Amino acid sequence: MFNHLLSLLIWLPVVGAIPVLFAGSARPNLARWLSMLVAVLTFVASLFLLVRYNADTGGMQLTESYLWIASWGVHYGLAVDGISVALIVMTTFVGILVIAGAWEVIQDRPHLYMAAMLILEGLLIGVFCATDALLFYALFEAILIPMFILIGMWGGPRRVYATLKFFIYTFFGSVFMLIALLYLYQKAGTFDLATLAALPLTFKEQAWIFFAFLIAFAIKVPMVPVHTWLPDAHVEAPTGGSVVLAAVMLKVGTYGMLRFILPIVPDAGAHFAWLIIVLSLIAIVYIGYVALVQEDMKKLVAYSSVAHMGFVTLGIFIAFALVREQGSTDMALLGMQGAMVQMISHGFVSGAMFTCIGVMYDRMHTRQIKDYGGVINAMPWFGFFYVLFAMANCGLPGTSGFVGEFMVILASFAASPWIALFAAFTLIIGAGYTLWLVKRVLWGEITNPHVAEMKEINGRETFVLVAFAAAVLALGIWPQPLIHLMDSSVSQLVQQLAIHKI
Amino acid sequence: MPTLNDILILLPEFYLVAAACLLLLLDAFMKPAQRPLLHWISIAVLLVAIYLVIAGQPDRAVTAFGGMFVRDDVAEIIKVFALGTTAMIFVYARPYLIDRKLLGGEFYTLMIFAVIGIMLLVSAGNLVTVYLGLELLSLSSYALVALNREAKLPSEAAIKYFVLGALASGMLLYGMSMVYGASGMGGTPTLELAQLSHVMGYTTAPTLLLFGLIFMIVGIGFKLGAAPFHMWIPDVYQGAPTPVTTFVAAGSKLAAFGMAYRVLADGMGDLAQHWQLILAVLAVLSLAIGNLVAIVQTNLKRMLAYSTISHMGYLLLGLSAAGPEGYAAALFYAICYALMGVAAFGVILAMSRAGFECEEIADFKGLARKAPWMAFLMLLAMFSLAGVPPLFGFWAKVLVLEAAIHADMLWLAIVGIVFAIVGLYYYLYVIKVMYFDAPEEGGALQVQQDKPLRLVLSLNALSLLALGLYWGPLLAWCRRAFGV
Repeated sequence: MFNHLLSLLIWLPVVGAIPVLFAGSARPNLARWLSMLVAVLTFVASLFLLVRYNADTGGMQLTESYLWIASWGVHYGLAVDGISVALIVMTTFVGILVIAGAWEVIQDRPHLYMAAMLILEGLLIGVFCATDALLFYALFEAILIPMFILIGMWGGPRRVYATLKFFIYTFFGSVFMLIALLYLYQKAGTFDLATLAALPLTFKEQAWIFFAFLIAFAIKVPMVPVHTWLPDAHVEAPTGGSVVLAAVMLKVGTYGMLRFILPIVPDAGAHFAWLIIVLSLIAIVYIGYVALVQEDMKKLVAYSSVAHMGFVTLGIFIAFALVREQGSTDMALLGMQGAMVQMISHGFVSGAMFTCIGVMYDRMHTRQIKDYGGVINAMPWFGFFYVLFAMANCGLPGTSGFVGEFMVILASFAASPWIALFAAFTLIIGAGYTLWLVKRVLWGEITNPHVAEMKEINGRETFVLVAFAAAVLALGIWPQPLIHLMDSSVSQLVQQLAIHKI
Repeated sequence: MPTLNDILILLPEFYLVAAACLLLLLDAFMKPAQRPLLHWISIAVLLVAIYLVIAGQPDRAVTAFGGMFVRDDVAEIIKVFALGTTAMIFVYARPYLIDRKLLGGEFYTLMIFAVIGIMLLVSAGNLVTVYLGLELLSLSSYALVALNREAKLPSEAAIKYFVLGALASGMLLYGMSMVYGASGMGGTPTLELAQLSHVMGYTTAPTLLLFGLIFMIVGIGFKLGAAPFHMWIPDVYQGAPTPVTTFVAAGSKLAAFGMAYRVLADGMGDLAQHWQLILAVLAVLSLAIGNLVAIVQTNLKRMLAYSTISHMGYLLLGLSAAGPEGYAAALFYAICYALMGVAAFGVILAMSRAGFECEEIADFKGLARKAPWMAFLMLLAMFSLAGVPPLFGFWAKVLVLEAAIHADMLWLAIVGIVFAIVGLYYYLYVIKVMYFDAPEEGGALQVQQDKPLRLVLSLNALSLLALGLYWGPLLAWCRRAFGV
């Protein structure tokens, strides 16, 4: 079983979705319990990953490789390094929580909802461990199908617009990546990522391929100025859809940058690093201001996601600048590690924030900030969690939000104090929009009589919020295990940055 | 003088001609109570034909009747899939035709004659055989489109199809005559494809040869339904009875690929540098016109018609690469399109019944609630047509794009992929209607209860998923046929 642990992780939820589907709408509870069983089993299997993966040696481990399409030499190739392991465990963890979170909230055809979630989970795990570019691409695109269904079927009033925009926007980005991959295949005769990483390319080729990759991943992250699909998708998606979207799917974009841009086109990456750094800073500062003026809670958190993901892209590309221009590997390592921690941390924090909004939405059926006020009086326990996640969202020390941002800011200071200055703006703006949100929603007098009728969170919701809180605090207080898990893989990536391929 | 060997090489074709004639007789002399048997006999006839094609397949290409007929792996693959999709159409068509009182021996006989046309066309070793097969296919198709002869729309469609088809045949013949003439200037005049490929080397009238080539491309473009020779497609698709539309979409596209391959690659291979760019232009036009016009359609059959045009654009991408890998990719695409098209039209057939065609996109509102399984099958077909992985259609697109890049036509691949984004919208729109819209009050949706239809349709649509997960053997088969 351990030889095929990764396949198991991918296929367990995907195949597990079939009995859930057949459980049918006639027996919704059976479908719910079955999907929970599958999600828990997947999570347990992913824990074995932590045991089996040797973080000290690093490199790609638990390799599986089978010839898939002989005439093209395409392999069904899977392997993980520390970064993938962290992302996979986060995915399976969030997988349980979204299913628990949707339990009785989704009354319309719950079996379809649960099945779509499970398939989505399996595909995401596949993306995080594919070592063949064509396999990666297929999974990367296939994710769109369940997400399209999730937003379109269980979303809000403008769900059709949002889901079509989401699908076409992200599809638009990735097709250019396909052309780039086919071009690389012409040159290398294989889609194997390790071989492609060693393939020499002229600068002109690298530049074109860089932009083809960039447009695919930048849309997924999303980076300014191609982020406009995200607020729409988030606002209209059901709670679980938003959670998976923010917690896991956005990470696919940055993960793709690590796996494709860094190793395959390092020279173009270094040359255009300034562009990404500028765009990341715009995301951090400008989108922070945009978040400030939002009147819809989900939109606010969606914009704050864009700002936080800006830290991830900043951390990755600041490492380029540090290694190539200053030769300071240590600082580059710090920036890259910060980006990785931020990826995981943002997964938990944004997932938790969207869950909180979902909890309130289920009671009030509105996401407008002005409809709330004084929620803490009606739901003190809920208020406790909400404040905790809000603090994590603005990067309070002791929560996971702090660690990654701090590391990235430190690294960018080494590159240029100006970059650090703009990046550090987030501490003010982030606190601004998050605390103001808390103030308007939680504190104060109850002005809306419906708020007084809000019921305290039930056991299921408490479970979900406690799980998120535990993760957020654990990473904030003791991030060392996570950093250790990813350490050797991150240093390998940083070493790769220095290699010239021209 | 034909030998026994010649006859053995043509055994599947002779068998089918005999079977079709027998079916006509059976239809005339059977008691009305036994007529339903005809349906099963026809399917059995096709399945036996598939067996004969595969079992009698020679190890390497052989010719019969002095080079008029070629039996090679390319022909084998196309024949197997043409026969197979036709058998599927028979299964899907039965409830539809019974509901409309159109089910009779003539449907089966005409379909089988059309398939014989396909088989001759794709095995052609001589321009005469090309024309013979094409006309057998076309004339049967014209009659099939007018199957419901009392209704106005099908008759109109049939007339349009016939007039435009005759024009295209004329162009093709005219082109053939020029090529024949050019081959006679400086050598022995010939219509044999294998010899035509050398004509450019010796002819004293190369311009005439090139003109002939262009006229023949018009004929091929018409059969493929590539823009700007696509005018007949929307009207015929919409007007013809749905089972016939399915046949025109699936079987005759396979045939059109076979014809293009025989004439251009076998016969005009030396002129590849000339026709390559013409096909590339046809591909771009088809992609643009097909995808853009499909967006505004409200009738599903008409939308699928424009989508066919765009798919022929992708097929031409592979053909215009003008190399064995490109041909293999195009053949793969043709097979893929046939399976997807049959599945999509199959769902329309499964949802229609007496007095209700279920061909407007709006008719599918809320299908996911009324008939979740049918909606799921349609979803598979739509995502496959749109080219979203992991479905079959995605890989077919990847293959033709790769072929284009391989042939140093990166720009063409980029045009192709950009129009894939445009095309995505209208396929997603169908899914949106099925899954995100509420069913209409007192809506008329209900699924045909015919068990074979549901079974075969399910297998058909699921095969799009299965082949999407494992398409290696099919690709290997296609590539082997072209010797890659």
